[in-house]
Amino acid sequence: MELTTVWFALITLLWAGYFLLEGFDFGVGVLLPVLGRDNRERRLIINTIGPVWDGNEVWLVVAGGATFAAFPEWYATLFSGFFLPLLFILIALIIRGVSFEYRGKRDDERWRRRWDWCIFGGSLVPAVLWGVAFGNIVRGVPLDAGHEYIGGFFNLLNPYALLGGLTTLVLFALHGAVFIALKTDGEMRERAGKLAATLSVPAIVIAAGFLLWTGVAHFDAIGVIIFVVAALALIGAAAATRLRREGWAFLATALTLVLAVAGLFVTLFPNVMPALDPANSLTVDNASSTPYTLKVMTWVAVAFTPLVVAYQGWTYWVFRKRLTIDRIPA
Amino acid sequence: MDALDLARWQFGVTTVYHFLFVPITIGMSFLVAGLQTAWVRTGKEHYLRATKFWGKLFLINFAIGVVTGLVQEFQFGMNWSDYSRFVGDVFGAPLAIEGLLAFFLESTFLGLWIFGWDRLPKKLHLMTIWMVAIGTLLSAYFILAANSWMQHPVGYQINPDTGRAELTSVWALLTNSTTLVTFPHTITACFVTGGAVLMAISAWHLKRRNQEDVFRPSLKLGAWVVLIAGVGVLITGDQQARIMTEQQPMKMAAAEALYQDAQPASFSIFTIGSLSGDEELYSVRIPNVLSFLATGNFDGPVEGIDNLQNEYVEKYGPGDYKPSIPITYWSFRFMIGFGGLAMLVALAALWFTRGGRTPKNRWLWVAAISSIGMPLAANSFGWIFTEMGRQPWTVFGLFKTSESVSPSVSTGEAATSLILLTLLYGVLAVIEVGIFVRYARQGAPEIPPETDDADKPLAFAY
Repeated sequence: MELTTVWFALITLLWAGYFLLEGFDFGVGVLLPVLGRDNRERRLIINTIGPVWDGNEVWLVVAGGATFAAFPEWYATLFSGFFLPLLFILIALIIRGVSFEYRGKRDDERWRRRWDWCIFGGSLVPAVLWGVAFGNIVRGVPLDAGHEYIGGFFNLLNPYALLGGLTTLVLFALHGAVFIALKTDGEMRERAGKLAATLSVPAIVIAAGFLLWTGVAHFDAIGVIIFVVAALALIGAAAATRLRREGWAFLATALTLVLAVAGLFVTLFPNVMPALDPANSLTVDNASSTPYTLKVMTWVAVAFTPLVVAYQGWTYWVFRKRLTIDRIPA
Repeated sequence: MDALDLARWQFGVTTVYHFLFVPITIGMSFLVAGLQTAWVRTGKEHYLRATKFWGKLFLINFAIGVVTGLVQEFQFGMNWSDYSRFVGDVFGAPLAIEGLLAFFLESTFLGLWIFGWDRLPKKLHLMTIWMVAIGTLLSAYFILAANSWMQHPVGYQINPDTGRAELTSVWALLTNSTTLVTFPHTITACFVTGGAVLMAISAWHLKRRNQEDVFRPSLKLGAWVVLIAGVGVLITGDQQARIMTEQQPMKMAAAEALYQDAQPASFSIFTIGSLSGDEELYSVRIPNVLSFLATGNFDGPVEGIDNLQNEYVEKYGPGDYKPSIPITYWSFRFMIGFGGLAMLVALAALWFTRGGRTPKNRWLWVAAISSIGMPLAANSFGWIFTEMGRQPWTVFGLFKTSESVSPSVSTGEAATSLILLTLLYGVLAVIEVGIFVRYARQGAPEIPPETDDADKPLAFAY
């Protein structure tokens, strides 16, 4: 296999990992005002992701860094082209990150409520905008011969991309509800389980619509097969939430997200950013680094990725125990 | 202002801001790990209380360091896409390695440390904070390797077809002579910063005779760290100046506002009047010192700005190759001045608290408490000097700042981004300082008795 293909696959993996992990973090944040009725309940919800959210966010940092190293042209065009959406994502992630740390630092209900809304907004904005961004990448954007984006901001807000944003939002929300049901016990587990079952219906409808549109407008045989499996996994998730099998439900929503990302990237390949005029498209070949850099990076990735997965996995093992409301310090 | 100026301002504002928090994180991670090690080894409770107290302040600081770090990685692509296209093949690699090796380690193990007090065995829990500390060091190494390549590009070739830099030796990149002197200089400065945090806050409590069992040892630890690491900063800074003179002589000349070649060259402590080289109202000079800084020899020759400008025009074509002289001149002095001041305070703190003494003189305490800001100022001026002194280049000798900016980003977008981020950072600064001061004043927590009840409340929860 060519190294450019390997790196395309690795970047797919990083985004899939990011959607899988920070996906439920965003879902938990978006559902905070829905599921948490008082301060203690909201603390319970936040603490389900407390030890892990920061490590989950690193998947984004590494996806960005890997894109820079392996496909500099892709990184440059994407980040400068999607300037404002990325700025809004950054601002949201900044506000959200400090909110977790600072909300409990004063014993003052108004102070905490303000941070709660920051967590909500800071989760909602990226949950939508990542979908919008990926929708636009798959759809293709206006690029000139120098691979510069020439579309402006409002070009990014097209119906297909907006449906993509709605899809990531509802999938993350479902994933988050399932995660809360999996990580808590007692009344919260019950409530989150019910909400997950309810959310699974719009999730199926919206995600199916987006994947169908993708399959029809940007047909790729393998991509469509992956989308079908993703849809089946989502239906499985819906069934599992009804049976209150939280572990299976989580596995199914995780699979849905990973496969959806994989399907989108397979649909893209060998483009990394298709242009409306195909002559200007960025591909794995014209966007990539030199074979030497890719080789070096491959060795680094092969040596360290398993280690990272191992110790992050261990973290989830350490914090495997379900949280209950009595264990939240008064 | 055009998009280029706005992007430069944004890079300056966000980077200086980010680097207020980074050195505290690096320095304090090791100090907290050290205190926790002392507790695990001796079992003395005041070490545990110190660990918890400094650990909390460390986390308040860490939160902003992490989130502002995201901006750093994104803005290369957002605001500097032509730079990213030019350097990506070389510069992207250390950035990606930093994420994979360092950021995962820091963030994952920090989560384990924060929430793991009652879930992990004592020694395993201690290991997690050491992993965080190691992660901060690794992170520093790779990002400084990336930055050093901008100061002194090595291990690359320019592809004649694309005009872009391509990596030819990752080993050369990672063992760049610039990196090898910049890394110890930066890390020792981070320790000075962390030590000053301990020294200053401990002084605040000690002045009030508050929790002496925790804060007297903390003050001494902080002061010793400032002093020892400070000596390290001096030694490495001296080596760095010599390397810099070889690799970027214009930066050294600009640091002294030295227009004409000189042998021996004197160092001015300050100058009153214009630094344009035309007139100088008054300056205090120490003979031969610039020669020593630049060459290691008190009679060494130092090239002046005018000569270098002519050389560069010959080499790189017409253009202005002078950085902003007032900025480089003054930032160089403020870096040294504030760093030296922190060391003096540390020396005084050790002297006046020797043998269990607690001095009464108010000004001593004011100096000790305000020392928290001195390394922060020195760090900021150091980076402003390094980065502004490299101008007009982003990659010295290869690629100019004016060529680096994103062509597809409009002035309006660049302005929106600069304004929003500056406002957000301003608000966060107020909140962060408020919380930091609040927790610093509270003092060290009492340690609740240990229980074995599996359903007891979490030792730590957000």
